[in-house]
Amino acid sequence: MSLLSSTTALLGKELRTEFRSRELLTTTVVFILMVVVLFSFTFDPTYNESRRFGPGLLWLAFLFAASLMLQPCFLREQNNDTLSALRLSVSDPFAIFFAKLIANTLFLLFTEVLMLPIFAVLYNVPVLRVLPQLLLVFFLGSLGVSIAGTALSAISAQARMRELLLPLLLLPLLTPVLVASTQVTVGLLDASPFLEWKGVGFLVVFDVVFLTALWLFGEYLLEE
Amino acid sequence: MTSPGFIPIGIRFENIEKRYGGLAALRRIRFEIAPGECVALAGRNGSGKTTLLRIAARLVRPTSGELTFPSVAGAATGAAASTLKTDTIGAKVSAGFVAHATMVYDELTAEENLLLFARLQQTPNAAARVQKLLHEVGLFERRDSLVRTFSRGMRQRVAIARALLHEPSILLLDEPSTGLDPQGVAWLAAALRRLRDTGCTILMSLHGESEISMLATRAIRLDAGLIVADTRTGAEVRSILTFADA
Repeated sequence: MSLLSSTTALLGKELRTEFRSRELLTTTVVFILMVVVLFSFTFDPTYNESRRFGPGLLWLAFLFAASLMLQPCFLREQNNDTLSALRLSVSDPFAIFFAKLIANTLFLLFTEVLMLPIFAVLYNVPVLRVLPQLLLVFFLGSLGVSIAGTALSAISAQARMRELLLPLLLLPLLTPVLVASTQVTVGLLDASPFLEWKGVGFLVVFDVVFLTALWLFGEYLLEE
Repeated sequence: MTSPGFIPIGIRFENIEKRYGGLAALRRIRFEIAPGECVALAGRNGSGKTTLLRIAARLVRPTSGELTFPSVAGAATGAAASTLKTDTIGAKVSAGFVAHATMVYDELTAEENLLLFARLQQTPNAAARVQKLLHEVGLFERRDSLVRTFSRGMRQRVAIARALLHEPSILLLDEPSTGLDPQGVAWLAAALRRLRDTGCTILMSLHGESEISMLATRAIRLDAGLIVADTRTGAEVRSILTFADA
């Protein structure tokens, strides 16, 4: 109960501060838009190329955008030492992570859903008929990115060269999520769409394993 | 200012050492603060006052030594262990901490900040408690303003209100009068006096003598991470605090 109420209060704080500053969402949306548009104009892919390479490009853009979004996640808690105030106030430190990873997942999902129609138009791929399945893979992929990214953001925020450290740690760690999400998306954008359950299963396992690890060891990541 | 369920709790530092790499921030720190005692820490910049306060707040883990919290309730009930270990202390008896930084969110209003922390600390009647504290710190009229629009002194008032939200048994203050105007210092001194008189244990770092330092019944001077003076004698307490930076 304590975890739930603390997480709810902290999630409210995360959403409120973001919708007031709009720092993360603006940066992420603009970044993904630039990547998708630039690739479209540079390579001018054919219908078949779009189906084959579009999903990989889309997930790469999501991943790089996520590394931008996750950077300030814990960094901005250091401005006024608010992380110390949170550590003193919550009875379960996992609530701090849980609220942040829910917020990060929501922000990522929001940008992904916003970019999907633009991607569909620029790359000429039909997405409406597989929209529910696409949303499922977006959710599972974004959750994996957010869980690992939130944990690494807590580590990198306390390190020197923190701006470089997060992408260096995050991108290799998330390669399996990138591969699995891309494979599932390729299947969904195929001429005969299919849901690759192996990829979905992998994403579920990744999310569960990393979430459990964060629950068990997260407290140590917050120590000075 | 304290609730009926208030339990006076002291702080015991047992051979606390803290090292940052090769630098010894604290060395052989061994003293006990009785429940309800008001202790002032003095010393030059870098003498270890902030580190000691952060260890007492359990924000920093000491390299060696043990931090315990003797409880009057435990002693009174004849409990075998009248010392509560750090990890058995619940949220209610956790310390209120005012640090150098304000520890509040610039993008939230004063009221939103206090409500957030009140909810995290599971403060009973959180909304009413927040309203009361906003009145006490003189920010009720500005309760809906974002903290980033506040002056340093106003932010410090929010920080102090945040530390007092859950009616802590232990109050840790790192130069609490920073940024406060004379009226603010007078208000803080009066608030701390009330807390001290109701049994709240206070450990604060101070520079020089002020209305707040007059509350201290004991002064400890640190130098290069070592305790070099510890006294409860009135004149010596004033002397240590007056010449803290000497």
